[in-house]
Amino acid sequence: MSDGSITIGAAIVPAGATRRAVPAHGSRRAYSAYALVTPAAALMLIMLLGPLAGVIALSFTDYQLGAPHFSWIGLANYRDLFADKVFWTALRNTLAYVVIVVPGAVIAGLAIALLIQSGTSLRSLYRTIYFLPVMATLIAMAVVWEFMLHPQFGLVNGMLRGAGLPAFAWLQDRSTALYALCAIGIWQAVGFNMVLFLAGLVSIPKQLYEAAEIDGASSGWARFRLVTWPMLGPVTTFVVVISGIRSFQVFDTVHVLAKGGPSKSTEVLIHTMYTEGFEFFRSGYAAAITVVFLVFVLALTLIKSRLADRGVHYT
Amino acid sequence: MAQIELSAIRKSFDGTDVLKGIDFRVEDGEFISLVGPSGCGKSTLLRIIAGLEPQNSGQVHIDGRHVDGIRPSARNLAMVFQSYALYPHLSTFDNIAVPLRMRRLSAVERLPLLGALLPSRRAKERHIRADVAGIAEQLDITPLLRRKPGQLSGGQRQRVAVGRAMVREPLAFLFDEPLSNLDAKLRVHMRAELAELHRRLKATFVYVTHDQAEAMTMSSRIAVMMGGELIQAGTPAEIYNDPGDIRVAEFIGSPKINILPGRIRKDGGVDVLGTALKLSCSAAAGDCRVGVRPERIDLGAGPFSGTVVHLENLGAEAFVHLAIEGAGLRLIARLADVRHLPAMASSVAFGFAPDAVRVFDPAGKRIELRVEQAERIREPAHV
Repeated sequence: MSDGSITIGAAIVPAGATRRAVPAHGSRRAYSAYALVTPAAALMLIMLLGPLAGVIALSFTDYQLGAPHFSWIGLANYRDLFADKVFWTALRNTLAYVVIVVPGAVIAGLAIALLIQSGTSLRSLYRTIYFLPVMATLIAMAVVWEFMLHPQFGLVNGMLRGAGLPAFAWLQDRSTALYALCAIGIWQAVGFNMVLFLAGLVSIPKQLYEAAEIDGASSGWARFRLVTWPMLGPVTTFVVVISGIRSFQVFDTVHVLAKGGPSKSTEVLIHTMYTEGFEFFRSGYAAAITVVFLVFVLALTLIKSRLADRGVHYT
Repeated sequence: MAQIELSAIRKSFDGTDVLKGIDFRVEDGEFISLVGPSGCGKSTLLRIIAGLEPQNSGQVHIDGRHVDGIRPSARNLAMVFQSYALYPHLSTFDNIAVPLRMRRLSAVERLPLLGALLPSRRAKERHIRADVAGIAEQLDITPLLRRKPGQLSGGQRQRVAVGRAMVREPLAFLFDEPLSNLDAKLRVHMRAELAELHRRLKATFVYVTHDQAEAMTMSSRIAVMMGGELIQAGTPAEIYNDPGDIRVAEFIGSPKINILPGRIRKDGGVDVLGTALKLSCSAAAGDCRVGVRPERIDLGAGPFSGTVVHLENLGAEAFVHLAIEGAGLRLIARLADVRHLPAMASSVAFGFAPDAVRVFDPAGKRIELRVEQAERIREPAHV
């Protein structure tokens, strides 16, 4: 802006030293600015944008892993993809997973955070316990879940039988497998969300609760509605988006416990991508699935930044 | 409008006594300031009145009603916090409307979407809008009603906080250092505004501050607290002229009162810096401390002398810092006429009238004085 005004000013003044000096000075500053930006820009290109462009380019080819040649086939991969029933099943399952896991993990995380925050003792113990699933390797935990959900000697069915309820073959039954994975997904995400909510709760000024109390918000629910929930707005947006993205990425439990089965009832996007790319070596096709996946993640990120602009964040 | 009565209030945090038995009565319509250094327990006392903090023992009565065990929301008091505690996500209008909505709307009517459909809520909202508009008019914040607290200046936030307190016509207003986040100029301005607000509302104000100037300029009565005890209560003039305790004398007044070492003779006379004052008292002989306010020290003549070590010329008045030779003592004198300042490092004689002297015993308690005959005869001539 200032550069512009200087140039305009210089144009009015009869040509002279000042006119030449000013742009020269400006461009030297611009060069050094570019020079300073270069390392970061280069890293970003190599590490982030480059691979992304590579994946998008790959999705327009028939490249197979290890193949010496490939050719451009335009949108053929996408045409195949959208005609493939497995893809639509995977997309439907992924969306169902997200729709169940995100609210579940967010609400449970918030509820646990509120409980821990309102308690007086053993806070750090509870925090650690609920955070354990986040720290533990999900593959190892998946093995534990496999035992727990075992139709015959699993803990879950044992408890159901003990209570006189019917037992299920959780992971082997088409109608329950996805929901069992959802439950594991919630279990795994709750601790992470809880920690974020706790951080948000701690940063709410105590005086706001006192003001609310004096203003007549005598019930806990009224104070939650008046202070806690709005003040947690920015954290909640973040937690929802992060939970959404992580749920879209669900893969490890699906792969270890169900392998997308029984009969594709737990087939999810990343798992389809994995099978196509690393079992059938159809890299171009897998790249097309990745692009579809990226579109969803990008949409979530856009929603988040839009909400951030709309004043969910307070100053 | 109500009176507030505190009897034998005690409070301790983790074994530390913060309040050591406070008995106090705030009269209906009074502007009372609780003043004292930080950590003296004044804010805790205010929070006990509000119900935000339970006392360990003692009773609080508001308007004759015993309120211990009653929730803050049911005590019908309003409080203005140091940080203002405005809801950052709500506009000025909604901030002021919160106490009304909490009281007038039922839980169902307050529901976000469903509540708005109820016809009863619409009628109540109309009344609330009118009330908030009236308050905004009074406080001159109508143009700010649609802004969020983040878009307001400190003084404007302060006014919104006062508006939120005023809107439901509480029994009493509690202020917890409401001006300490403002810059000096605005603070002086808001002082006048709050005092005027009190005159207009004629409500009971309890005002906590560590700034003695705020207490002196606004309140009808000051209660000075130190170390968890209420040492003295009285009008600003009483507290300033008649401190019952050396801590009160030192806390109230700026610059601080001058304290000189003194001695009470066996015959009841008082000596200061080796010079006898024309005063006597009936206290036992021994050491004492003599307090003289800076404005009561007369420079130019008198039995004492000191060296000028520092001058503060404020334009309308000046403060002269004197070092007393041999006593290792400094005192401050106020000079009303800044055109005749003494030179730095010059020696200046000074004295003070007998009635300017306040004498305190070694424990800090005030000793009553008698001005000796010769002085007292001259008194009527002044009147």
